[in-house]
Amino acid sequence: MSVLVYAESPKGKFKKTSLEVVYYGHLAAKAMNTDCIALVLGSTSDAAVLGKYGASKVIHVTDDSLDNFDAQTHSTAITKVAENVGANLVVFGFTANGKALTGRVGVKMNASILSGVSSVPNLENGFVLRKSVFSGKANAHYNLKKENKVISLMGNSFQIEELGSSAEVETMTLDLPTAKTVVKELKTVEGTVPLPEAELVVSAGRGMKGPENWGIIEELARTLGATTACSRPVADTGWRPHHEHVGQTGVAIRPNLYIAAGISGAIQHLAGVNKSKVIVVINKDPEAPFFKAADYGICADLFDVVPRLNEALKKFKQNN
Amino acid sequence: MTYICVKFNQEKMEILVCISKTPETTAKIAFTDGGKNFDTQGVQFIMNPYDEWYALVRAIELKEQLGGKVTVINVGDAASDIVIRKALAIGADEAVRVDVNPQSAIYTAKQIAEYVKSNSFDAVFLGKETIDYNGAEVGAMVSEYLDLPYFSFASNIETDGLKSRITRDVEGGVEISEVEGRFVLSAAKGLAEQRIPNMKGIMMAKRKPLNVIPAVGEDDSLEIISYDLPEGKSGVKMIDPENMDELVRLLHEESKVI
Ligand SMILES: Cc1cc2nc3c(=O)[nH]c(=O)nc-3n(C[C@H](O)[C@H](O)[C@H](O)COP(=O)(O)OP(=O)(O)OC[C@H]3O[C@@H](n4cnc5c(N)ncnc54)[C@H](O)[C@@H]3O)c2cc1C
Ligand SMILES: Nc1ncnc2c1ncn2[C@@H]1O[C@H](COP(=O)(O)O)[C@@H](O)[C@H]1O
Repeated sequence: MSVLVYAESPKGKFKKTSLEVVYYGHLAAKAMNTDCIALVLGSTSDAAVLGKYGASKVIHVTDDSLDNFDAQTHSTAITKVAENVGANLVVFGFTANGKALTGRVGVKMNASILSGVSSVPNLENGFVLRKSVFSGKANAHYNLKKENKVISLMGNSFQIEELGSSAEVETMTLDLPTAKTVVKELKTVEGTVPLPEAELVVSAGRGMKGPENWGIIEELARTLGATTACSRPVADTGWRPHHEHVGQTGVAIRPNLYIAAGISGAIQHLAGVNKSKVIVVINKDPEAPFFKAADYGICADLFDVVPRLNEALKKFKQNN
Repeated sequence: MTYICVKFNQEKMEILVCISKTPETTAKIAFTDGGKNFDTQGVQFIMNPYDEWYALVRAIELKEQLGGKVTVINVGDAASDIVIRKALAIGADEAVRVDVNPQSAIYTAKQIAEYVKSNSFDAVFLGKETIDYNGAEVGAMVSEYLDLPYFSFASNIETDGLKSRITRDVEGGVEISEVEGRFVLSAAKGLAEQRIPNMKGIMMAKRKPLNVIPAVGEDDSLEIISYDLPEGKSGVKMIDPENMDELVRLLHEESKVI
């Protein structure tokens, strides 16, 4: 019995979500009285670093065909390693690739499968995990009844801590099927943190009146080192690119800070942002529903407030 | 000869689209029996938006372009018939309902995969996730049961029925892949534009076949023990618009996010 966590390493580097998964695996292993083993697929520079976040050992499958994402080959590799180390809990991040793998590995292992969990297993009465449902409006507590369990962890559910030193790395080669899909291109926006991983987000809505006014939002984001987002009508009318659309039908985010200017706070918008740790709302309408979901509210014209907030932040950055 | 030329490099596509029903987004979420069961009283159900707006519409577009057939499948009890009829009104050709109320994604996936095994399809389309349980799980499981390639969160697909080029959303960008032959895809925003059923479609839907079939196997991997409501915000603190230094101070000292 052991816990196996899959630490994604796109372009050879670990993302924050990969470290979170390792740290979570360590907490789960502790609750289950066993060890947390981390798995890395494809080329990466520093697999041993995962020891710092709680892996007692790292298994590194070095086959560079694994640098290309293919759900069939990746899930085969992960399942083989899980069998090899006798893992009965396999943990993924709730990421694009994690979502494509959780179900596949779960089926291969004939496991109980649960995605987007946000708690350490409670073993008092079975194997119980919590996940957020109904777009953040409730939590459900599930009992996973099969011997094997395959789960994915909701991002930002745990504050990572550094625990130990680097771990021993065991390299492994596996007999893998050839991929049926060929990745032609990976186009990612460089320079900014992608929305699902961003800690700080500045977002704006129809209250901006038009795309030509976005300069103040971009400037505020630059001062903070934040990623920009927007409400759906703004993306739908082409004021902002689609990948900035947050909410129920866009990206769901959970940053530490979400600043919303000129967004009314419709329930479908809240569904994607209500897990943010701190929410600041700037709206000139005191009745705007968003104020009910906010930690801090400023009831005023955003065209006055946003530049003023930017100045205040610049001053703060200079002094800190 | 000429006939062969016309058909060259273009294949009809038979696509299976998986549709689910979810509570309408503004529905009030409440529970009965001390948090044991979801209270469906007064809750209106709709077709899951990703299934309706993107997966179903793109499948219909491909049928219109290449010829073929669109079948929709739902795993659910008779309460699902209303969303199935809507899918037929939008333009699906026929429907099948596996008559069981699933408790887990893997059981749902098993039913869909069994149906595909006994009725061959060129592709299976799903939504990227259901908006109630937000699992994004069923697609991966169906592809595993069928041993097919899987493209999650597809925002674009070009295909001639044989060879397909698919763009999928990944963190901070997109990944473009190619595949030959059958595959499973989950639909994200951008794959198609929403279609509203017209009167003719609604009338025609009544005459289209809806086959109800029994479920296979046991649904024994998961159970929901209870629900609860997350702690809400303790209340908003209003800040003087003239005093943004105060907001910055609170973000730094009180909530420690900057
Ligand atoms: C099925 C479904 C799914 C949806 N999914 C999403 C989703 O994923 N994401 C999403 O965002 N929406 C979604 N929507 C749309 C949602 O219901 C709202 O229509 C949308 O969020 C409103 O966008 P908004 O707040 O930018 O615009 P509005 O509702 O028009 O609000 C603009 C706000 O700006 C304020 N304002 C105007 N001028 C100023 C000023 N000078 N200074 C300060 N404040 C000002 C106004 O008081 C108002 O509150 C969905 C809807 C449906 C039906
Ligand atoms: N009961 C169901 N019947 C048919 N398809 C379903 C069902 N549940 C989920 N799906 C499909 O699977 C997708 C992903 O659902 P989920 O994994 O539950 O988030 C949905 O968008 C649907 O296309």
